[in-house]
Amino acid sequence: MYNPTVARLTYRALLGRRRALILFLLPAMLLVISAAIRVLNGADDQAASDVLGGFALATMVPLIGVIAGTGAIGPEIDDGSIVYLLSKPVKRPTIIFTKLIVAIAVTMAFSAVPTLIAGFILNGNGQQVAVAYTVAALVASITYSALFLLLGTVSRHAVVIGLVYALVWETLFGSLIAGARTLSVQQWALALAEKVTGDGLVTSDVGLTTAVVLLVAVTVTATWFAGQKLRRLTLAGEE
Amino acid sequence: MTTLHIDHVSRWFGNVVAVNDVSMTVGPGVTGLLGPNGAGKSTLINMMGGFLDPSTGAVTLDGRTIWRNESVYRDIGVVPEREAMYDFLTGREFVVANAELQGLGAKEAQRALATVEMEYAQDRKVSTYSKGMRQRVKMASALVHDPSVLLLDEPFNGMDPRQRMQLMDLLRRMGADGRTVLFSSHILEEVEQLASHIEVIVAGRHAASGDFRKIRRLMTDRPHRYLVRSSDDRALAAALIADPSTAGIEVDHADGGLRIQAVDFGRFTELLPKVARERGIRLLTVSPSDESLESVFSYLVAA
Repeated sequence: MYNPTVARLTYRALLGRRRALILFLLPAMLLVISAAIRVLNGADDQAASDVLGGFALATMVPLIGVIAGTGAIGPEIDDGSIVYLLSKPVKRPTIIFTKLIVAIAVTMAFSAVPTLIAGFILNGNGQQVAVAYTVAALVASITYSALFLLLGTVSRHAVVIGLVYALVWETLFGSLIAGARTLSVQQWALALAEKVTGDGLVTSDVGLTTAVVLLVAVTVTATWFAGQKLRRLTLAGEE
Repeated sequence: MTTLHIDHVSRWFGNVVAVNDVSMTVGPGVTGLLGPNGAGKSTLINMMGGFLDPSTGAVTLDGRTIWRNESVYRDIGVVPEREAMYDFLTGREFVVANAELQGLGAKEAQRALATVEMEYAQDRKVSTYSKGMRQRVKMASALVHDPSVLLLDEPFNGMDPRQRMQLMDLLRRMGADGRTVLFSSHILEEVEQLASHIEVIVAGRHAASGDFRKIRRLMTDRPHRYLVRSSDDRALAAALIADPSTAGIEVDHADGGLRIQAVDFGRFTELLPKVARERGIRLLTVSPSDESLESVFSYLVAA
């Protein structure tokens, strides 16, 4: 199911592009903001939760998910170089699964790890806030990667659609319309974070069971569908 | 012995028919797929390579369906027309990756790089390669697993004459080894120099099939049109029309000359200077007026 050569090519493609700069930029911003708040305000559980929930989980994780998820396959389909993977006796779902693993690893490395560090900077993991949001970032990384990898497989405008979802749906609608929150990866991830902290610092609109079921269902379905899509992918000539 | 069968295959994109009811069999040796740009050559090759499903009909390799069947790639090597490769890799890394995806390793990659004579630049990034170098590394990536079928889409595009000769030699050798080699081109001379068998595609249709002599004859036997200017157009016209090699002559007042339609190319080209000399007529202009490849092809379709 996992092909190390496909993985190597995907890592190098993801981290070798200019887009990869955003992968470093966003976590750096989070750490700078966290350090500034700690210096100016001192350790504050509520402030820590606000920063990690409002910036790390709501903005940084989905954005990095978009870059890693769509970037793991989209550019190859766009420029046609995917033909070198497709013209090999390698099962198409294996290609998708491998790229998913790479996207998840990159998203986790660039979002969950900085979230943990930021949490410790903000309040030294008081009330388990840092760990809670790190857990949320880890599970969100998996589902975002699967969703955006599928998007990269089906659309040439994957990055734009992904950004709209991440910024407009998750952030804007999520804060305005209660219903939209139920269908939000962020809220599902928060349900797990809520379980870790206790004390009402983190709240989710979705129950834990529902959240876990939805996270697994969306991840599995998106991955399966992307595999099917790749099996049917046609490469029209330049004519 | 590996044979590609294309059986009543059509492919359309929306309302546009790119390939229209084509049937052909491609066996061992070098086959040239000849046709003008936009004729549907790439679409056909993409279907043979399993990157496109036929709208109707079947494309098979020794009886095995190619579409959605990854296992055929143990026997097929593909050299795509598109430039995009993994530009951030070196040539060697690229070929090694292709070998690994075939379940092979660095040894086979090195052999393939040697075959295309790219060892000298194998440690440079692909992004620094010229078009001809890219083409050769693409070839190496398609050859790593020693495939019995090799599909090449416009492989000579952008190559200089020396690289072109090298690649032709290589493909000839592969054909002589009993491999099934199919390449597409819109240049008759390329196909003629290399292919023992030619398939002509025009406007999505299979226009002709055979060895290059047959195709060449089909192309030269078609009616030829000439614009001829001379010191005495009408006397020349009268003498030419008496011979069966000429089907029609028109006096063109606007251009000042004769528009001649010849039906027997060989005979007409001998007749014209002879007649002129005998009658003391000076030939000022003799120019073929429809020598473009497109007109040759469209004649083949009509034939």
